[in-house]
Amino acid sequence: MSNPTKLIPTPGQTVGPFYGYALPYTKDRELLAPGSPGSIRLQGTVYDGAGHPIPDAILEIWQADADGKVPHRTGSLVRDGYTFTGFGRSAVGNTGVFTFTTVNPGPTEEGAAPFIAVAVFARGLMNRLFTRIYLPEDEAALAADPLLRSLDPERRRTLIARRDADGGLTWDIRLQGDGETVFLDFEGAGPEGASQ
Amino acid sequence: MPEEFNLETYNADPLTEVVSDAATEAAPKTYASAVPAGDDAAESQADLSAEMKALGDAYAQALRNGAPAEIQPRLDYAPYRSSVLRHPTKDLHHADPETIELHSPAFGHMDVHALEADLTIQHGGEPLGERIVVSGRVLDGDGRPVASQLVEIWQANSAGRYIHKRDQHPAPLDPNFTGVGRCITGADGSYSFTTIKPGAYPWKNHLNAWRPAHIHFSLFGQEFTQRIVTQMYFPGDQLFPLDPIYQSIVDQDARDRLVATYNHEQTKPEWALAYNWDIVLTGSKRTWTENEALGAEGDDHE
Repeated sequence: MSNPTKLIPTPGQTVGPFYGYALPYTKDRELLAPGSPGSIRLQGTVYDGAGHPIPDAILEIWQADADGKVPHRTGSLVRDGYTFTGFGRSAVGNTGVFTFTTVNPGPTEEGAAPFIAVAVFARGLMNRLFTRIYLPEDEAALAADPLLRSLDPERRRTLIARRDADGGLTWDIRLQGDGETVFLDFEGAGPEGASQ
Repeated sequence: MPEEFNLETYNADPLTEVVSDAATEAAPKTYASAVPAGDDAAESQADLSAEMKALGDAYAQALRNGAPAEIQPRLDYAPYRSSVLRHPTKDLHHADPETIELHSPAFGHMDVHALEADLTIQHGGEPLGERIVVSGRVLDGDGRPVASQLVEIWQANSAGRYIHKRDQHPAPLDPNFTGVGRCITGADGSYSFTTIKPGAYPWKNHLNAWRPAHIHFSLFGQEFTQRIVTQMYFPGDQLFPLDPIYQSIVDQDARDRLVATYNHEQTKPEWALAYNWDIVLTGSKRTWTENEALGAEGDDHE
């Protein structure tokens, strides 16, 4: 499936502590205007291995629209208020909480379990981490999902969001320790450090 | 608007950010105390260097025993103290990327103004320091140009100071330098920034810890799996062997991929020194159309 890699990738490095005046931008976390029809809140907290909230992490989400279509629209950095670009970015606050306003993504293929792709960056985190946020409702699709099927029930749970009473989603990240979130390697199995 | 939304917006504002994390990388809290008492900066550079050497020696031995070269930083690299509680202890889980992950957010000239690539013209006057032009290409692992994608950079000023409340290094701010730039790559994957050479700056990982001069780079590929944030360094920096963040990449060839090359041919007489740095993202996971493979996917997705 993948082409043979001819060039060796440039290594990543930590985002450091000082991204705060560079990466955040106006309406970065508003894939939709808050309160607009169909919008939901996606929120959570980023924790370290001691169970403490991390105050200097930044998350990106990338997702299909409500119909399961992959957006190909520019305009994430300068939002026009109605174009859904599928991309958002949220730095956490000093309580480790991130918040997005978005839509429930639809399944991108018939019967597929809808999920939101996530990249996690933080001071002290040497390289970005990838993970997924699955919607909790379609249990048949979740049961058939190739990634979720490959995980123990305890680990699988870390990738599925909780539906809040107001229709929003809550999903926390634990970088280390009890309930450590499943982070993904798209490059294939490899020794720790050599992998992505 | 919900209250928590306002709170989040407030928290995201770098100028009003309040930080409660005790183990910060921020510099000394007061100008007078270079070595705050009771701080974990009590560890010496010699201690840290010995730790880094032990890890480097073990890696060299593993290589001799046939282990594959490591091409990324170690997530678990204790000499960078802030990483101790912030790295996953379980192996990354292999996943085949699915639909959304095989595409990338689209950025274009409605997102980024051409002038954002010049960090020296964002204020009323010229920033102080050594004017430089940093340029190169963004390629994927198959050597294809990453066209029409977003590149974001941020950096300290020439005195080694960031415009960020957490940076309390007692070096001067420059009213004419913010240190943030963006651009959209050309059809050949090219980017170019005009800026000021950043200074080294102290951080409190240990006593007398100084980061080599660097520019933070944030890059998108044509697939979300290619997303990367990294740092570009300058050739010949004497701080390389002392820096746990640079040394978290234990392989010398891999470290070298973060170091720009000075280019005298491109240096502009009486104006700016030129550095080149190409960035290679991971290989593509999806089947490309011919137009995409030729880099013809334009930025005009609207």
